[in-house]
Amino acid sequence: MTITFTILSWTDLRAKIDFEREVRPILINKCINCHGGIKAKSGLNFTKKNTVFNKLNSGEIAVTAKSPLKSELFHRITSTDESDKMPPDKPLSQKEINTIKAWIKEGAIWPEHWAYSPLQKKAQNGSSIDEIIVAKLKEIGITQSKIANKRTLIRRLSLDLIGLPPSKIEINNFINDTSENAYEKLVQRLLESKHFGERWARHWLDSARYADSDGYEKDNIRPNAWIWRKWVIDTINNDMPFDQFTIEQISGDLKKNAKPSQVLATAFHRQTLYNREGGVDPEEDRTKRTIDRANTTALVWLGLSLECAQCHDHPYDSLTQKEFYQFYSFFNDMTESEIDYESDFLEKKSKVRVMKRKDRQTFIFHRGDFLQPMKEIKISSTTPSSLPQINADKSKEWDRIDLGNWLVNVNNPLSSRVLSNDIWTKLFGASLVQTKSDFGTRSTPPEQLYLLDHLAEKFNQLNWSRKKLIAYIVNSKTYKQSSIRRKETDEKDPDNHFYHRQNRFRIEGEIVRDIFLSSSGLIKHKIGGPSVFPPIPDGVAEQSFAGNFKWKTSQGDDRYRRGMYTFFKRTAPDPNLITFDCPDANVSITKRNISNNPIIALATLGNEVFHEAAQALAKRIIKNLPNDNDQDRIAEAFQLCTSRKSKPEETNELMTLLKKSRHFYAENKEEAKTVIGKYSIENIEAADLAPWVNVSRIILNLDETITRE
Amino acid sequence: MQANLRRDFLTSSASGIGGIALSHLLNQETFADAHVAKNSHFSPKTKNCIFIFMAGAPSQLDLFDYKPKLNELNGKKMDAELLKGKRFAFLQKESAVLMGSSRKFSQHGKSGMWFSDLVPNLAKCSDDICMIRSMHTDQFNHHPGQLQMQCGEAKFGIPSTGSWINYGLGSENQNLPGYIVLTAGRGSSGGATLWQNGFLPSNYAGVQFRNGDSPLLNLKNPNGIPIQLQKSGLETLRKLNEKHFSRTLDPEILSRIENYELAFRMQSAAPELVDLSNETSKTLENYGVNRQLPKEGGGRGKGNGNTYADFSRNCLLARRMVERGVRFVNIIHASWDHHSNLDPEISFNARMSDQPIAALINDLKERGLLDETLVVWAGEFGRTPLGENRPGRKANTGRDHHPNAFTVLMAGGGVRGGLTYGSTDEIGWNPEENPVHVNDFQATLLHLFGLDHEKLTYNHAGTQRRLTSITRKSRVIKDILT
Repeated sequence: MTITFTILSWTDLRAKIDFEREVRPILINKCINCHGGIKAKSGLNFTKKNTVFNKLNSGEIAVTAKSPLKSELFHRITSTDESDKMPPDKPLSQKEINTIKAWIKEGAIWPEHWAYSPLQKKAQNGSSIDEIIVAKLKEIGITQSKIANKRTLIRRLSLDLIGLPPSKIEINNFINDTSENAYEKLVQRLLESKHFGERWARHWLDSARYADSDGYEKDNIRPNAWIWRKWVIDTINNDMPFDQFTIEQISGDLKKNAKPSQVLATAFHRQTLYNREGGVDPEEDRTKRTIDRANTTALVWLGLSLECAQCHDHPYDSLTQKEFYQFYSFFNDMTESEIDYESDFLEKKSKVRVMKRKDRQTFIFHRGDFLQPMKEIKISSTTPSSLPQINADKSKEWDRIDLGNWLVNVNNPLSSRVLSNDIWTKLFGASLVQTKSDFGTRSTPPEQLYLLDHLAEKFNQLNWSRKKLIAYIVNSKTYKQSSIRRKETDEKDPDNHFYHRQNRFRIEGEIVRDIFLSSSGLIKHKIGGPSVFPPIPDGVAEQSFAGNFKWKTSQGDDRYRRGMYTFFKRTAPDPNLITFDCPDANVSITKRNISNNPIIALATLGNEVFHEAAQALAKRIIKNLPNDNDQDRIAEAFQLCTSRKSKPEETNELMTLLKKSRHFYAENKEEAKTVIGKYSIENIEAADLAPWVNVSRIILNLDETITRE
Repeated sequence: MQANLRRDFLTSSASGIGGIALSHLLNQETFADAHVAKNSHFSPKTKNCIFIFMAGAPSQLDLFDYKPKLNELNGKKMDAELLKGKRFAFLQKESAVLMGSSRKFSQHGKSGMWFSDLVPNLAKCSDDICMIRSMHTDQFNHHPGQLQMQCGEAKFGIPSTGSWINYGLGSENQNLPGYIVLTAGRGSSGGATLWQNGFLPSNYAGVQFRNGDSPLLNLKNPNGIPIQLQKSGLETLRKLNEKHFSRTLDPEILSRIENYELAFRMQSAAPELVDLSNETSKTLENYGVNRQLPKEGGGRGKGNGNTYADFSRNCLLARRMVERGVRFVNIIHASWDHHSNLDPEISFNARMSDQPIAALINDLKERGLLDETLVVWAGEFGRTPLGENRPGRKANTGRDHHPNAFTVLMAGGGVRGGLTYGSTDEIGWNPEENPVHVNDFQATLLHLFGLDHEKLTYNHAGTQRRLTSITRKSRVIKDILT
């Protein structure tokens, strides 16, 4: 009786049990180890809906909608009989039992997994980003933040869209442009900048685990890998629709009369590590590369971690080992190849490594062991059955072209969600889905599911135009909000899951370099081209395992190229990248970590590359303002680094430092010469220039300089 | 403890008093600074911890938990009752058979503690070791299991043990990070989430040193910047960053301020820390710092580089760190996930780690540091007494994940040496005596530091969060304390 009473009050209080948030977690945490993907005991598998509502091996039915008493599940979780009760070890809590009972009574609604089900388009939830955000904020009782000031906006947009800080002229033009659409014009200009392709290509290179060497012990270099990188930059600049972008990279080689650029696109899957050690079984390594290709594709386009299914059925997603190998089979027909490539940007025909077709029969490997193919089961390429089944002509054998088409089919809600969430994440520093790399059945639906679905639909409507979706997002008020924290939101939205403000975060390692080089005027812009070798600390290149590698520091312009062009040697990467959380290129990454630690401070204070920027910045402000006073020069340096004017009290602090520095260098002329390095100015004493180096390096080290606000 | 105070304090002072007052107040004792030593809840037994995390789940049955009965039953099916409701990643329960250990076990030390022949050097330290054989966890997959072992629960965005302890106690050394992470070999599946700060300020995150013989770069000032100018420069930097904090209220700025100041202090302290040239050749040899990788067999997860030398160097560096007051050192080594090919693979890893860890314990002891340093040897769960079987496999050569029972070693730092605590049933399936849940282990670890796991809390989104799960009643294992 007590139980009934509890249930009544429970259901009174709650309108409807939310299956995803309340019931599925119980099943996943308490039941699926025996009734899941690996072991479906008694035929019951809580990752497969049909086993729950149909007759089991025993003839019983686990769940009969509206009738707990006709539901074996309910009997078992409430049973006191040792041989019947479930789970056998630890019974469910009373609250969990109540939830399941109430859920069954209400009709046992079992929606498809949120990420696999069709996009939700409910008008009442709003028809724009802002409407959806505001509606949700209203529910929790907080308001949006005000729009950020113009300097913050242009810096934010510049960093997000092209990865470079705005120049003084660009800032002034924007501030002085009082027209109604000044902001939209700025967005358009940045989208048309050739640097847009660089910025967004780098995001894609993370997904593609791009590097300039093979990895593993030998780690041989890949001298022409950059040609594919250039293809990515150009393609993004030309705004190739994402569906085409996908299909060419997955299956460009299979196209009839494929253009060379379409074959080049397949180098996406040429980026895997390659083990050339003597003792390696080539077939074993090929299998590993193929598995990596399957895993990478699933992660990037489907937000799924398939790895575990290579050895066994997925423990909590309804993905069987067989299905893994059916997916793997798409990539099993790929083999490494080379083509002669010609292009405007190449002086002569160059060999580029790409992928081409080679027929192979796929088998399931026991425990993922390539030596144990299960020859009795024939595997053909197909997509997992739990994922959206769309327009699939499964009467014929599928190949990679079909896979590409399926991934970006407008009716595939999963990839639309994953890909639009990816773009959102780059523009807010936060993913709409908490587990960005897991959209599988264990993932909880995002707080902002309608927003995610709205973006996914928009991406489709905009014909997969990356630029248009970015424009749509950055033109929203939600994007334009200030990132300043508000005390009153601490309790209700401390982690900004509801986007009551913009986020403020440190920018990526490559962009840290780009900001230092831009502020100091050192940066040399050339789009694309072979990777370059900026200075790195002694001893780093020698770490490369085989010791087969010399880092020949670039001279001339190539010393000052953007961070994305730094040669990436997998076994000895540039520490200026790794320190700032750039990925190691061993596996695909779709969201970077952002660490904040003393190692980072030591780098920007002491590293040769960053110090050279301080020397050059000092020279630059004195050259720019030959007759000006100290305050103006400080203001100039401050603006070059942070895109804003220093406030009087900030200038004063820096003046104090300037004076102290002057005092020191006046008495230590040799130190002055040393600190300015090669950045001396004719007719200016080293002791007059040196204090500016010290001031410049402090401005370059401001939190604000390496932060996007 | 001071978290709410800190946050309220900062936001009110930032909006009210303004930047200059704030910069002054930042130095006050009330401020929960990562580098201010703070009081524990009660008298602590240890000051530091070296947590050696063997990620991937080492087989306790081939290292520590001696089961002669299991050897007898080799090839036999096990009692079906025991299998009821149990979870596995790979194993086919219906057809699985028990697999004995091919290792030779023997008793060591005054207490007669059992060790296998894989760890002869650790065995010699048995009088200093407390072996808990009755550990169990809730997670049976690696990343969730590793998160639970390091962070209390299998969740992202929550603080790791090292973060909690530094948050609770601050650092004994103003000049080095209070929480340092050293890795060798291939990365673990948990990666940086294993030393995450979660909702605590980001300067409580573990600071990862580089692998290899130059663990820290950029320690020197650029030429021509003397220390006094570095100092004035950083003073200016702090003031400007504080002003900006007062405008944005972004706690990341506070972390950055602390990190710059710490970086400055590290410039004098760290070169000496990582310079092994003053270590005697005997010490280097004991730890095996100059070892080569063995030519034969094993090591599929070794990654790039010389894992043997790296692991040895990490153990030696860990001693040097605690000597200098680093509160928590995490040595992480992955690749103990031996589903197949168990014998050669575990031998490879055991040879890599046995000598340097024993050297570490002995070295700490000789220097009188073992009393105040807790050394932990742990994986995220154990491995099954059943051989891992799969349709079509010729022989069982490995073991599956086993969350029900595994072994953890502790030494020094207020735990009883020569004590074997808890036991498992005759085949090592379930804990029999004194089961210890991961959260109990963590409550005990905090207790050794003088911290009450129910009182070391932080308010996040309206909930008082802590290292141990708030829904579980965890207990301190008093029996193992000195």
